[in-house]
Amino acid sequence: MRPGGAREAAGGGRGRDVPSHRAARAARTRKEIRLRGGRKWRGKAGAEVRGRLDEEEEEEEEGREGEGRRHVRGRRGGCRERGSWVGAARGWPLPRPPPEMKTAMSKRRFKENSEANRECISQVQKILRERFCHNYGTGKLFGVEHQYRHLLELLKRTVIHGESNSALIIGPRGSGKTVLLNHALKELMGIKQVQMNLLEVRLNGLLQTNYKVALKEITRQLHLENVVGDKVFGSFAENLAFLLEALRKGDRTSSCPVLFILDEFDLFVHHKGQTLLYNLFDVSQSAQTPLTVIGLTCRQDILELLEKRVKSRFSHRQIYLMNSFDFKQYIRIFKEQLSLPAQFPDESFAQKWNQNVQHLSGDRTVQDTLQNLFHHTKDLRSLHLLLMLAVSNITVHHPLITASDLHEASRQYRMDSKANIIHGLSVLEVCLIIAMKHLNDIYEGEPFNFQMVYNEFQKFIQRKAHGMYNFEKPVVMKAFEHLLRLELVKPIERTSVRAQREYILVKLFLDSNQIMDALQVYPNCPTDVKQWAVSSLSWL
Amino acid sequence: MNTRQQSKIIHSWCGRPMCLDRKLRTSQYKGILITSESSGTETCVQLGDFVLVEGENADQPFVAQILNLYEDGSQNKHAVVQWFSHITEIPQNKRRLLKRKVSPQEVFFDKVPGYDTDIPVETIIKRTTVIPLLLGEELPITLNKKQTFCVKQSWDGKCFTTLSSDTFLKLKEASKKGGNSPNSSSSFTPSGIVSLLKKETESVVQSATKNDELEIQSKHGDSKSSVRKKRCSQGVANSTRTPTARKKLQLNGPTQSLNSRLMGCEILKLLDDDCGAIAPLEPSAAKRKVRITGGLGSPPKMPRTDDKSESGFATEERWFSDTIQLSSYAKVKYSSGKAGDLPVKNDTIAFTEYLAQNCQNLLLIPRSRRICAQKTYARISEQISVLNKLEKKDFLSVSDGSDSSSSEEEENDVLCTLEKKTKLSRTCSTPKSSRKSSVHTPAKTLEKTKPLPGTPKTPQNATPEIPRRSCEAQKPVTILEKARLRLHVSAIPESLPCREEEFQDIYNFVESKLIDGTGGCMYISGVPGTGKTATVHEVIHCLQQAAENDDIPSFQFAEINGMKLTDPHQAYVQILQLLTGQKVTATHAAVLLEKLFCTPGPKKKTTVLIVDELDLLWTRKQNVMYNLFDWPTRKHSKLIILAIANTMDLPERIMMNRVSSRLGLTRMSFQPYTYKQLQQIISSRLNNLKAFEEDAIQLVSRKVAALSGDARRCLDICRRATEICEFASRKRTQEIVRMAHITEAIDEMFSSPYINAIRNASLHEQIFLKAVLAEFRRAGVEEATVQEIYRQHIALCRMEGRQSPTLSGVMAICSRLGACRLLLLESSKKYLHMRVRLNISQDDIMYALKDE
Repeated sequence: MRPGGAREAAGGGRGRDVPSHRAARAARTRKEIRLRGGRKWRGKAGAEVRGRLDEEEEEEEEGREGEGRRHVRGRRGGCRERGSWVGAARGWPLPRPPPEMKTAMSKRRFKENSEANRECISQVQKILRERFCHNYGTGKLFGVEHQYRHLLELLKRTVIHGESNSALIIGPRGSGKTVLLNHALKELMGIKQVQMNLLEVRLNGLLQTNYKVALKEITRQLHLENVVGDKVFGSFAENLAFLLEALRKGDRTSSCPVLFILDEFDLFVHHKGQTLLYNLFDVSQSAQTPLTVIGLTCRQDILELLEKRVKSRFSHRQIYLMNSFDFKQYIRIFKEQLSLPAQFPDESFAQKWNQNVQHLSGDRTVQDTLQNLFHHTKDLRSLHLLLMLAVSNITVHHPLITASDLHEASRQYRMDSKANIIHGLSVLEVCLIIAMKHLNDIYEGEPFNFQMVYNEFQKFIQRKAHGMYNFEKPVVMKAFEHLLRLELVKPIERTSVRAQREYILVKLFLDSNQIMDALQVYPNCPTDVKQWAVSSLSWL
Repeated sequence: MNTRQQSKIIHSWCGRPMCLDRKLRTSQYKGILITSESSGTETCVQLGDFVLVEGENADQPFVAQILNLYEDGSQNKHAVVQWFSHITEIPQNKRRLLKRKVSPQEVFFDKVPGYDTDIPVETIIKRTTVIPLLLGEELPITLNKKQTFCVKQSWDGKCFTTLSSDTFLKLKEASKKGGNSPNSSSSFTPSGIVSLLKKETESVVQSATKNDELEIQSKHGDSKSSVRKKRCSQGVANSTRTPTARKKLQLNGPTQSLNSRLMGCEILKLLDDDCGAIAPLEPSAAKRKVRITGGLGSPPKMPRTDDKSESGFATEERWFSDTIQLSSYAKVKYSSGKAGDLPVKNDTIAFTEYLAQNCQNLLLIPRSRRICAQKTYARISEQISVLNKLEKKDFLSVSDGSDSSSSEEEENDVLCTLEKKTKLSRTCSTPKSSRKSSVHTPAKTLEKTKPLPGTPKTPQNATPEIPRRSCEAQKPVTILEKARLRLHVSAIPESLPCREEEFQDIYNFVESKLIDGTGGCMYISGVPGTGKTATVHEVIHCLQQAAENDDIPSFQFAEINGMKLTDPHQAYVQILQLLTGQKVTATHAAVLLEKLFCTPGPKKKTTVLIVDELDLLWTRKQNVMYNLFDWPTRKHSKLIILAIANTMDLPERIMMNRVSSRLGLTRMSFQPYTYKQLQQIISSRLNNLKAFEEDAIQLVSRKVAALSGDARRCLDICRRATEICEFASRKRTQEIVRMAHITEAIDEMFSSPYINAIRNASLHEQIFLKAVLAEFRRAGVEEATVQEIYRQHIALCRMEGRQSPTLSGVMAICSRLGACRLLLLESSKKYLHMRVRLNISQDDIMYALKDE
């Protein structure tokens, strides 16, 4: 035990830390603290750190160059990769560099590769990316044929017979409500009779947050006469009277039917008095302009939210989308989503690709991966996300998706975000988290403050009697504040400026399972810390 | 507006009481003096004069003739009047009886018995003119002013009849008398002024007398001094307004033909265009045009126009006298044509010559002016050649002996229309137009200035309309399609079955109030879909029909809906707009309505007001509701309110005592339909259309009656069932709706979605729900944090030998279930300390999960 050295290290640490509060600096501090807590904390800290940082920078450069081999390095490189993992965990999906950049880089290294292949790859990525990100879909609907027919018939009757109606499309997020509606509308627009005979008004509960805004938007989209350019004139009351008058004037046989599409329907329910819904449904239930209201929502209890008068006027047509497919269909959807279309320019490549997809769908590990995802969620968006991650891995060198790509993507996808943050902490910070875990166990989840954590940590150090982790209190405080900033711990109430930092009550936002799991993979974790994590009484 | 004017107007008797009725303690008077404080003018209204009487709508005063003026014992001044109805006062359906277009100036001699003819004199606004005309006649364009009216027919509430000869004569007498009355500006001065051309001719024949001159001067207020003097010195011609001229015009008035007037109009348009084109180049030319337009058609029928007409008027006349002096030759020529028995053609020729002469004379004056005049001349002569042809025809048809009249009259018309034209063309800002607007009532001017560029206002004439569809809607073909159309809630049935009693009650209530001429409230409650609004509408419809057949007095009808208002106070605006067509702000509307319902007004009709969704009119102070229910209790209001809402005890629950007490105890509640009634409703709608099995109808009625008794639901289910039936029977032949279809429709609409949602959830979502149940059971509280549930989840996964998910995964599952509202969640910022509750019963979850 050399207290001087420790003080020196602490002093050095403070010297570096105090002026810097910015995120970039914080990252460096974190590295530094871990460094000191790790192998070489006893040495001349400053010089060591500098050397280490240089090394890191070098590696970063290398990393940028060898973009294509990233995941391989990831496995090997352990702790080095954590930065990117954190990024991946926080900001899914991880944006990959655009294909042009990638091709430019590969051009330098793999000049012998044919231009055509590269062209194909970028084409494939473009198509699939569009499909996955914009939900373009492949033009096929799965397991919703019945609902589709119902909706299509309903819309057809509105347009052709001028029948007023109202319906709700209900289904969990990502179950394809909008896709279904757009699909139906697309088909409807294919009918000649329809094209000029339908006025469409699209509202979104997230955009039209109140009645007033919604009304203006409706007037704008209907191109009524009190609209000049994009501006709607007149007061709110005037606008309403005007719109209702316009709708009242029409009649079933001669007026152009109006289709109202209310996205996020549940948010319209929260408008004051549900006036918009009342008026729309009222028009749809009276002999005025033919008007059909289609609401899209993910809330199953939507009918209970409607006010009784509004509810009575709603026709109670509900179209449920339930993701009611089984795993076999899921595999089929997977194949459908990954296959290249027939009109792909390079036919031989498309053939090869599709064959590969076919092969993949039969593969055992792929099926396991998919099954796992399927068990978690039936939402097709998460499948898209998984495939997106996998597709990002294909390069000129590695033109076809493999089972391991998918596996890797699934691993990335299922990564626990908070646990990922632990990987990047210093040993001191990990120690603090373990102390908090023990406090949680002892006091059954009651909130605690820094002083309690510090005491717990002190106990551990005294028991161990090494003194090697003996930091001064300000250093520990610094580490604690860093945890606060990472939101691994959070104050239970809003912190006032006057409250002493040591005594602010906080709660740990990690489960003990997460902590244990994270420690398993934490690089270079000292054994005694590990032991301490398992049991607070390990010294006995 | 009227309210403003009223405050400044003092009514006082004119002269001494004519006779005193000692028994009734009334004293009758000959006339009343209306003194306007603001302008300092005095108008004397005498017996037999025509007046405007304040009505409910400030823009639309009533017209009446004063028959008697008296003061009663309590010093209140009264007038007994003979009403004249404006076309807008006549019910829409009766207007058809007229079978002709009615000009806004036309009024009808009112013989409707119901109206009170005794009015307080304070409601008299000012004098006006009513000219009796024969049926075929037109109001002379010269009098085509807002404040002049004509009467052709009488209206007795049922039909129109032509005026009897003695009424006609009496009216004529009265109008003439009004014209000659010395105290006010004569109602017939306009014709005198207008016939300027006539004056010219007359100047030759007749000598101007000093008297005449004076008379004219008196008409042209005192304000224009120097200009007038000039005019006097220059133009003797001006003083030629003589009684004969006036008389002639009067006689000729009706004979004018529409054709000639139109032609005249064209000429003047050309003239006008011409001048307009040159005007910017040469101020003098513009001035001249102004003169023509300003002076000639001119205003004066109205009492106080003269002092406003000022310089424009005067200078214009001066100009005319100029030209007249220059063209003495023409004058002679013209007058000879007039005097002699020459055909009309001669006249027109003479006129052309006169114009030609005029132009020659004009050669003396600056060039541009000359050009303008020449051009005008060319155009006029061109037009006149066309006119001649028509004129010939006219001449033959005109029965009137005076040959010269038509052409003269035509000139007058021409000038008048010219004046009108300038009124329309707002591009040239002549002093004339400004004067014009000042003559108008303030309301009018406001209206005109409203559409200023750049002000964010709804375009005045914006017509709210949804575009038409390009091709016709398809007619229903199959039985099912027809049935669906009839079953749509919007389809209007021939009658409303099952609400006969309620219908009768409401009908009797409103009818009795209508007949009594009193006001009252009725509160109607009932759950949604029980036909409240439909029944009330049906009642109104029937009453309107009854009023049409004259079984009950006619009434006004207005409807507001609390849900269709942006704010409770907008109710005032809507009511006022429906009753009078005015568009004002909420506070102003409240004031106007207060006035409308609370002041004794003449000729008041009963108003029936439906207030739908009454509960939405609730405000903290409840002033809207208070006012609504207070008005009917006022003495003069004649307002019947039918208030509709859902809850039976609304008055007790949300209204203050003073409001609910005014609402009264006339209440009615609509019970939910029973299954038999629903059955009847469906069958009556289907109307012998064989689309449903009897049992199917019964099933749906029973189901709905048990659920809510909402007729809308019932119809919706039937409609959906026809769709399902159509769907199922697409391949085979036509089928009718059976029990199975109904059952399917009902299931579709009413089955709880939760069970299905749980069954279709992913495996881990189901496990999570199980974990929630397990945690609830363990803790004994129906609330748990995610952390606790996560531990349960892991335990369950271990038991089933599955890979346990990470906390992130569980959080995702949790929020997905929360979005569907299977779970109720706290805000997610608490992460794993977020509390979770179930939104469905535990049994439902057990049931849904076990069944697999």
